[in-house]
Amino acid sequence: MTSLNEQQPPASGAAGIAAVAARDAVKPRNRRRYSADLSALGEPALWGFGGALARGIMLIAGVLLVVLYNGATTFWPKPIDRVALTDGTVIAGVERRGTIFRPDLPRLTDEQRAVVEENEGFAYRTLYQTANFDLYGDDFQWVADFETANVTQPEDFYYFERQTWGVFVGRIAGMTIDGQEMAYDADVLKREQRAARERFREIRQLERSEIGAINHHIERERLAQRRALLREGELQRGEAADVDGMASQARDGILAESQARIQTLQAEYEVLQARVNEIRANDRRYTVTLEEVGGRQITPEISQIVRYYPANTIGIADKIGIYLSRWWEFVSAEPREANTQGGVLPAIFGTVAMTLLMVVFVAPFGVITALYLREYAKQGRVTSIVRISVNNLAGVPSIVYGVFGLGFFAYTMGGTIDQLFYPENLPNPTFGKGGILWASLTLALLTVPVVIVATEEALAAVPRSMREGSLACGASKWQTIRYVVLPKALPGIMTGMILAMARGAGEVAPLMLVGVVKLAPALPIDGFYPFIHLDRSFMHLGFHIFDVGFQSRNSEAGKPMVFVTTLLLLALIVAMNATAIIIRNRLKRKYATGQF
Amino acid sequence: MNDIIEFEPTSYHVKKSTDGPALDITDFNLWYGEAQALFDCNLEIQKGQVTALIGPSGCGKSTLLRCLNRMNDLVDGLRIQGKITVDGFDIYAKGVDVIALRKRMGMVFQKPNPFAMSIYDNITYPLRVDGITKRSILDETVERALQQSALWKEVKDRLQESALGLSGGQQQRLCIARAVASDPEVLLMDEPCSALDPIATARIEELIEELKGTYSIVMVTHSMAQAARVSDNTAFMYLGRLIEYGDTDTIFTNPQKSRTNDYVTGRFG
Repeated sequence: MTSLNEQQPPASGAAGIAAVAARDAVKPRNRRRYSADLSALGEPALWGFGGALARGIMLIAGVLLVVLYNGATTFWPKPIDRVALTDGTVIAGVERRGTIFRPDLPRLTDEQRAVVEENEGFAYRTLYQTANFDLYGDDFQWVADFETANVTQPEDFYYFERQTWGVFVGRIAGMTIDGQEMAYDADVLKREQRAARERFREIRQLERSEIGAINHHIERERLAQRRALLREGELQRGEAADVDGMASQARDGILAESQARIQTLQAEYEVLQARVNEIRANDRRYTVTLEEVGGRQITPEISQIVRYYPANTIGIADKIGIYLSRWWEFVSAEPREANTQGGVLPAIFGTVAMTLLMVVFVAPFGVITALYLREYAKQGRVTSIVRISVNNLAGVPSIVYGVFGLGFFAYTMGGTIDQLFYPENLPNPTFGKGGILWASLTLALLTVPVVIVATEEALAAVPRSMREGSLACGASKWQTIRYVVLPKALPGIMTGMILAMARGAGEVAPLMLVGVVKLAPALPIDGFYPFIHLDRSFMHLGFHIFDVGFQSRNSEAGKPMVFVTTLLLLALIVAMNATAIIIRNRLKRKYATGQF
Repeated sequence: MNDIIEFEPTSYHVKKSTDGPALDITDFNLWYGEAQALFDCNLEIQKGQVTALIGPSGCGKSTLLRCLNRMNDLVDGLRIQGKITVDGFDIYAKGVDVIALRKRMGMVFQKPNPFAMSIYDNITYPLRVDGITKRSILDETVERALQQSALWKEVKDRLQESALGLSGGQQQRLCIARAVASDPEVLLMDEPCSALDPIATARIEELIEELKGTYSIVMVTHSMAQAARVSDNTAFMYLGRLIEYGDTDTIFTNPQKSRTNDYVTGRFG
């Protein structure tokens, strides 16, 4: 550029000079602007990064869409097909899904073989949920297109969800109301079903709560008696002979009192049981006769029918009603039919309770460890080794933690607790088996590296000037940490907790060893003293997915529940994380307003 | 670097205070690991006056300042030799309560560093860590400290708001208020205006003017103009050595050392 003037050719006129100057001035600048190399700009790399991001987002979105679609459509009422087969049999069922398959040609009739061979050996088959497990011994049936004669959707076919035996598909042949046989009347059945369900709930209430409470008290008395006997044994071993008599007297007194209480409870029990029997007898006077497509009939009590609808004539409003009522049952009721139907309330409860308990354990443990490691420990080789070990712990397979939890927490610690505090219950373990306490402790152990690492980072990010400001005010090191460093690091620590929570709530493998069960008889929290039963095993949504989808007798029936449960688990984790994030952002705002 | 200057003794022409010295630094040497950062420093900080420490970057003036309230204790591998006394009491003696010492030495830092608390809580922090919770004492202290740091009028109606919402200059004055809240004897200022604009700087300088007399102020500054404006005595340091220490007017108009002359006239540094 400096040589611009020197390069000018000899003047041939003012206009010539101006033109040449303009050309020389413009040209190099233009050339420079457009000469940047493509690779220098990093464009191709950028496309690569963008592509990687897009692929990642698409994978996640794909998973979410599959879960969302399958989860959201599972509870929608679907029509019932009546399928007549070429061999004369007739089946009725709800279409589940279809696949292309390669039929076993020698087993087909000549006509069928001709059809299949026309399609190069392939055929299409449909899976029908024929239900009626009590009659057929199976819930599902494959039907190939070449054996289908015709498909109709008869208006009188109903879809029944029963308390036991699962779904029934068929017609209503008649009903018995209060002992009187009569023809099917839609309004009467609707009314009676509601009344019958009320009776059913009453029986369950009596059996679960009131008889359950009596059983609980009787069990306590039994344990109290055993405790008295055990204590007497201890006295006899240690004391003189004359004390022996006194101990026996005391024992006899306790036993007699306890026995009297058991007598009273037993009497109460008899009364309640009589009441239950009375309701049961009454309930048996209300039945409905159902007829499957082949003509066989069953006659269950009306109270057995949870929900029913005419699948082929039902209107859209009723469909929405059924859809919502199924969702409501799903999140608010207990499971039935080996977890493939009904709700998952105990699993929701177990998941939330376990996760919260885990946070309670992991938070102080992780934060205190990180605090010592970062603020107090002399930085050197030992702290480096500790830090690397902690980071590596995060990579240990989670099942290893499960094994450790079972061996150390349940058997060693729990076994000791049993011997010290619950000897009357032995050889039945109280804490000496898997339970919600040991499961949360195991998960706390599993997630503690996440919290330690996040807390350390957060502590390291607190500016030195803050600490110096506090120390210069005459604060001690602990006061500086307590009042200046920790509040400032709190949002970062919360981030660690959120990560730990997400990890813990989604973990299944270790839980299978330390307390999760397929079906828990009681929740870890109930109305009996001491209200929170940390020794109890519990249900968990993650394990529920595994169990329903892959471990049940009837995994085809459980498949849709896998997606619904996954959807619910995702929603639950999102809800818990969102709560934590909101709390964190509140803290952030509180401690970081107007920082420049 | 000129070796002849290195070994020349310090030139002293200090303007003495009627109250005598607040701090006495005697034969003070300091090492960071193997590297020596301070060499045989001897100076008396006069009570009730402003003492400025000037010198090029890395000359040890901040190090010296941070030795006065033992902030340097936090540095690994630090070693000292010599004595610093406050009222005849050696602050590096064994068994000295560093926390009690720091309460006698308020400190203001280069960048404003208010805590993420309310204005009120910031100022009462030195008292609260001392276990003082009586409301009337805290209220009184807040008002006094804010009056002293000329911030009272601006913030008296929003004492419970976050200190982080204040402007940079206000934040620095808040830090001064926090430093004077525990009523120290000495105020240490480590380039208190280097992160501020000229108007905020002028206000802080005014404030220093008002505070001197009540407190003995030691101030590190990079601005020679500032040192000339606000200080009574100036210490010029170079490569860890105290070259010249004395009356500010003399230092800037008639320095005794050629090295000082070179620096204050802008020939190097």
